[in-house]
Amino acid sequence: MATIRFSEEHEWIRVEGGVGTVGITDYAQGQLGDVVFVELPAAGKQVTKGGDAAVVESVKAASEVYSPVTGEVVEANQALADDPAKVNADPMGEGWFFKVRLADPKELDGLMDQAGYDAFVKGLG
Amino acid sequence: MSDTPLKETPLHALHVALGARMVEFAGYAMPVQYPTGILAEHQHTRAAAGLFDVSHMGQVRLTGPNAAAALETLVPGDIQALAPGRQRYTLFTNDQAGILDDLMVTNAGDHLFVVVNAGCKDADLAHLQRHLAGKCAIEAQFERALVALQGPEAASVLLRLAPGIAGMGFMSGRQVAVDGVPCFVTRSGYTGEDGFEISIPPENASRVVQRLLAEPEVKPIGLGARDSLRLEAGLCLYGHDIDTTTTPIEAGLAWVVNKRRRAEGGYPGAAIVADQLANGTKRKRVGIKPAGRQPAREGTPIEDAHGNPVGTITSGGFGPTVGGPVAMGYVAASSAADGTPLQAVVRGQKLAAAVAPMPFVPHRYHRP
Repeated sequence: MATIRFSEEHEWIRVEGGVGTVGITDYAQGQLGDVVFVELPAAGKQVTKGGDAAVVESVKAASEVYSPVTGEVVEANQALADDPAKVNADPMGEGWFFKVRLADPKELDGLMDQAGYDAFVKGLG
Repeated sequence: MSDTPLKETPLHALHVALGARMVEFAGYAMPVQYPTGILAEHQHTRAAAGLFDVSHMGQVRLTGPNAAAALETLVPGDIQALAPGRQRYTLFTNDQAGILDDLMVTNAGDHLFVVVNAGCKDADLAHLQRHLAGKCAIEAQFERALVALQGPEAASVLLRLAPGIAGMGFMSGRQVAVDGVPCFVTRSGYTGEDGFEISIPPENASRVVQRLLAEPEVKPIGLGARDSLRLEAGLCLYGHDIDTTTTPIEAGLAWVVNKRRRAEGGYPGAAIVADQLANGTKRKRVGIKPAGRQPAREGTPIEDAHGNPVGTITSGGFGPTVGGPVAMGYVAASSAADGTPLQAVVRGQKLAAAVAPMPFVPHRYHRP
């Protein structure tokens, strides 16, 4: 059964068997507007919790996407190269950015669960 | 960060009611996009008719028999030969031939109608008052609304509400009743499409705009799409592509200075402009097309094919009509020819690019 967690920078991570799939939330894609380009990490890249992992570009600006956990990137979503709009259309599914093998599963305890994230977003006003 | 509350245009409540995302621009709360989104707003404008609130820009009237001659002491344009009903794009220059602002001037018959950029309007008004006091009357009308209706359907739409626009060609202006409200309308804009700019008394602005929005072809468009439209059209944004450090000749705007003004001068920086017309400039503003899909934005360093720094991008982003990244910037004159291979250094990566002719999307001005 997959565990889903959220960061304060509006990334989500869905973990199964020690590998987490990472993307940005519906709130984040709405704030960004139409996504026109995504720069993804290469497989093998080491990422750290809260560190730079990817870049998502809207018409107006480029924004950093951080990794919610420390680990090694095992795969990036190449479908976003041809269709970056997937990030807007299906941010929690087909709009995923990359998969990372977790170095320390205990880092998930420091992230918000669904209820926590929903409350967090509500508080943003 | 300033504590001063943001200024609001006469259409502010309407933007909020339409669900606009409001952002600060030149001290105003302005709609950057509506729920439609920037991509769709941009494409709608090129397909049908987009309506933009540009009331934050500064409207000024210059009145008096010497107004045109007086204005010529501040701009390189030929204002005295501007016939009644005709409009011209021009520049305020400084003594170094740098650009203080770009502006539109229309001969409205009994006055000159001037529109300047929002971020410069207070300084421009002071500039006019300092130099033109006593030569003509200067009346700021910053409270008036200004909206732009742009796109291939703009004329059909506006004709229904303003039959008086019939026969107007590109870069003309006249007093016209729009939905019965006396307005000043020019056939011009900032998108490369056919379209109109409509100056409306503030108390009637909301009504006229709602009437326009009720037309089936029209959607409200925010500043986000305004920027992507003008970039595809190769049009400069003051403070980014042109500023006090760029001359009209470096900026590729030599056409603003006609034969008479080149010969006679009589505006700030005229000698430098003459020199640059005769001897060229070290750098030029050019279009830049990144080869891939990644945008290269303002501030991106540009290198030639050998890795030598040759310039900087001054505007860049994604062009929805082009379907890819577009940009403009200044490069060394030796690297300015169309097709010159370049590299845009984005986040440490060197992206292939090339000098490209502008506009990126052909203009569709109405020139019968």
